[in-house]
Amino acid sequence: MSGKAVKEQSMVKQKELIQDHYHELSRAPETGRKVIYTFVPGNLTELFRAFDLLPVYPEINALQSAMRQKSTLFINEAERAGHAEDVCTYVKTDIGMLRRGNVGPSGEKLPPPDLLVLSYTGCFTFMKWFELLRQEYDCPVVMLHTPYQGDGKITPSMVRYMVEQMRTEVIPALEKVSGIKYDEDRLKEAMALSESAETDLVAVLESAKHRPSPIDGYFGGVYYIGPIFNAFRGTPEAAEYYRMLRGEVEERMAQGLGPVTPDGLLANEKFRLVVEGPPNWTSFREFWKMFHEEGAVVVASTYTKVGGLYDTGFRHDKEHPLESLAHYCMGCYTNNNLPQRIDLLERYARDYSADGLLVNSVKSCNSFSAGQLLMLREFEKRTGLPGGFIETDLVDARYFSAANVKNRIESYLQMITQKRAPSARAEA
Amino acid sequence: MSLQTLVERAEALYHDIDLRFVAQWKQEHDGKAVGHLPIYVPRELIDAAGMLPVALHGAGDQVEIIRGDAYFQSYICQIPRSVIELALSGRLAALDGFLFPSTCDVIRNLSGMWKVLFPDRYVRYLDVPQNFSVEVGGKFWTEELREIAADLERLGGRKITDSALAESIAKFNDNRRALGELFELRRGEPWRAPAREAYLIIRAGDVMPVEEHTAFVRAYVQAAREADRVKRDHTRVAVTGAFCEQPPLELIETLERAGCYVVWDDFTLGARFIEGDIEVQGDPLDAIARAFLSRSAPNACVFQPQGPRGGWLVETVRRTAAEGVVFAAPSFCDPALLEQPMLEAALDKEGVPHTAFKYAENLGQFQVIREQAGTFSDSLRLWSEA
Ligand code: SF4
Ligand code: SF4
Repeated sequence: MSGKAVKEQSMVKQKELIQDHYHELSRAPETGRKVIYTFVPGNLTELFRAFDLLPVYPEINALQSAMRQKSTLFINEAERAGHAEDVCTYVKTDIGMLRRGNVGPSGEKLPPPDLLVLSYTGCFTFMKWFELLRQEYDCPVVMLHTPYQGDGKITPSMVRYMVEQMRTEVIPALEKVSGIKYDEDRLKEAMALSESAETDLVAVLESAKHRPSPIDGYFGGVYYIGPIFNAFRGTPEAAEYYRMLRGEVEERMAQGLGPVTPDGLLANEKFRLVVEGPPNWTSFREFWKMFHEEGAVVVASTYTKVGGLYDTGFRHDKEHPLESLAHYCMGCYTNNNLPQRIDLLERYARDYSADGLLVNSVKSCNSFSAGQLLMLREFEKRTGLPGGFIETDLVDARYFSAANVKNRIESYLQMITQKRAPSARAEA
Repeated sequence: MSLQTLVERAEALYHDIDLRFVAQWKQEHDGKAVGHLPIYVPRELIDAAGMLPVALHGAGDQVEIIRGDAYFQSYICQIPRSVIELALSGRLAALDGFLFPSTCDVIRNLSGMWKVLFPDRYVRYLDVPQNFSVEVGGKFWTEELREIAADLERLGGRKITDSALAESIAKFNDNRRALGELFELRRGEPWRAPAREAYLIIRAGDVMPVEEHTAFVRAYVQAAREADRVKRDHTRVAVTGAFCEQPPLELIETLERAGCYVVWDDFTLGARFIEGDIEVQGDPLDAIARAFLSRSAPNACVFQPQGPRGGWLVETVRRTAAEGVVFAAPSFCDPALLEQPMLEAALDKEGVPHTAFKYAENLGQFQVIREQAGTFSDSLRLWSEA
C-alpha cells in the first residue's frame, strides 16, 4: 500500500450527482415532482426520465443504511413488526427505515412513492417486497414481469411479452402518475446517452485485464456502477461521469498504477481474483481491507453485472427502445441461468488472467446463492483454478463474522500460492 | 378397500422414496415419467403425452443428507438439499424428465443445477406469467405451453392431440373435484378425516396416475364417512405456508394431537392449484392458460395486482368456519415468510386469531410445536367461550 486516500474528480462528480438527486427527492412534496420506487436489476430508468419521474431504489437505501451502520436498527424494527429472521434483509432494512421516518442516506426525508414500479429481474423476493410496500404506503403498483433465461436464451416470445407489458401496463401507469404523454423521442435520446455511458463503463471494467489492474472490479466496482445502476443512466451527467472515470482509469493504467482503496493506492498486486456474489455492506471497508492488505485485487465480479451485463455486448439501442429495454431486463446477471453464470465465470478467469474464484454466499439472497457451490465446483473442474467460499450477509451485521471471514480468505490465498506453478513461485 | 387398506397403501407410497411404484408403472405401460417440483405445473400435458406425472416434494425425514449439504449454503430451506440427495443417490432414476416451476429463486436455480448435473435428462424451467391479461400474460403462457408440449411430445414419443389433451383435462378436473369432496368432508366433519390420513391420501396423487388417484380419494371419502369415529372437543384451524417444502408427517399429526382439527391447509397445493374445472372451449392449451390466469389459488408465489393480500385467507377462514389460523412455513422460505405479515395483518383486521412456527421437512422434535399448538387451541376455546 502506498500513499493516502486519493480523491479523483469522478468521485467528486458522483457524490454531487447523488446528493443532488436525494435533495431533489426531499423537495418533491414542494416541487410537485412525482416519485416512483423501483428496483435496480432490470430498471427502466430511461423510461422514467421520459416522464420526468424521480426514481427511488430501495436496495440502494438499504445498502447505504448498512454502510452507515443503521441497518441493524432497521432490521430489528422490522422483526419487531413481525418479519421473520430468515428472509432477505434488504427488505427488512427498507421496511425498518420506513417505519422510523423514511430518512434516506443523505439525512433528508424521502418522499412516499406515487407509484411502485415492480420491474423485477432475477429475484422473486422483489415481488413480495413491493406487495409489502404497497400495504405500507397504500399506493398503486405496476408490474413488469421479466421472464427468466431458463434455457439460457431470450426468445422472441419473451421479448414480445415484455414489450406488451410495457405498452399496456407500465407506460399507461407512468402517463397517469406523471400527467405526461409518452414521447418515444425522449426515450430514444436517453438511450443514446446510456449507450455512451455503457461503453465507457465496459472500458473501465475491462481495464482490469491489464497487469497490474488499475481498478478493483468488486469493491471499487460497486462505486463505478453506482450512477449507471442508479437514477442516472440516460442522463448527460452520467455520460460525462463515465467519460471522466474512463479517462482517469486509462491514465492510471498508462502509469502502471494499481487500484485506489480507502487506504491509498494498492501498489503490489499479488493475487487476481474473480468474485461471485454481492459484498457485505455492514463491514464493507473491513471486508475490502482483508483483500487489499494481502495484495488481492478483484479483477472481475458478477455483482457488478446485476444491473446490466454490458461486457458481453449489450447496449441500450435507441432504434428499438422498448425491445432493447426488454433485452436489458432479461440480460441482467441473475436472470441468467446457472450454466450461463458458470460460463461467464470461466470466461472472466481466462480473460482477466485470474488466480481463482471466491464466492461470497450471502444469507439473504437465494437468487445469487442457491447453486453457488455447484458453480464453484464446475469452475474448478473447468479451469483447474482453486475456488474459495465464504458466507456473510448483505446488511445484517449478525451474519458477518470478521475473524472467520478473514481466516477463510487468508487460507484461500495461501492455497492459491501453493497451487501456483513452481516457476511462478520462483518469480514471486 | 377398507379404510385401513387405503391408508396403508397411501403410507407405502409416501415412503416409496426410491420411486419403485413409478418404475413399475413404466414397465407395465412401457412409458416414461416426468417429475416436477412444487408448486404448479400443468400435469395435464404430461398425462396427454402418455407419460406419468410425478410430483416431487422432497424427502421429508426419510433420507440422511450426505451429498446434498455439499451443494448448498447454510441458510436455505431443506427441500433442495433433499431433492439433490435423492437424485445423486439414484433414487430419481425412474424419471425421464424434470420440470421446475417458477415458485421461487431456489427452485428456479435448482433447474440450472439439474442442467449441469444431469445433462442427458430433459430439464425445463417453467415461467408462469405474473401478468394476467389474456392478451399479454395469456399469450406468453400459451406460447410457453406450446413449447413444453412439443418437448413432451419428443420425450414421450407421442403427439399430444387436442382430443387427448381435452381428455386429460377432464381427468384432472375430476381429480380436483374428488379432492374437493375430501376437503368438504374435513370442513364438515373433521374427525372423520384426520389430517394425517387426509394428507397421505392426497400425497398418493404425487405418483398415482390421475384416474387411479381420483378413485382412490373417493374410496377414502366414502370409507371415512362410514367409519365409526369419535368427535372430539378440538378447535378448528386452517394451516397455511406449507405449499412447497412439506412438514413432516409427525408434525401434521402433532397438530391434531394438540387439539386442532385441520379444516383447511395448503399442503401439496400444486395438486389443486387451479380452482374449479378447466373449461375446454376451443383449443385445450388455451384453456389451460386461461385457467391459470383467472383461477390460480391465491398464493405467495402469484402476484396480486390489486387490493390487500390476505382477503382470500379471511374468506377461507369464514368458509371453513376455522376458529384460527396456524402459519406453518419452512425455515428460510422467502415466499411464505414474506407473505406472512400481510396475511397476519388481514386476519388481525378481522379479529381472527393466529399463531406461527417454522419447520424443516426433516424436523425431529415436536414437543415445542405441540405445546404451542396446544396453547393456541386452548386459547381458541377460551376465545369462543368468551
Ligand atoms: S433476495 Fe437478493 S436479489 Fe432479491 S431483493 Fe434480496 S438481495 Fe435483492
Ligand atoms: S420452501 Fe420456500 S424457499 Fe424453499 S424452495 Fe420452496 S418456496 Fe422456495
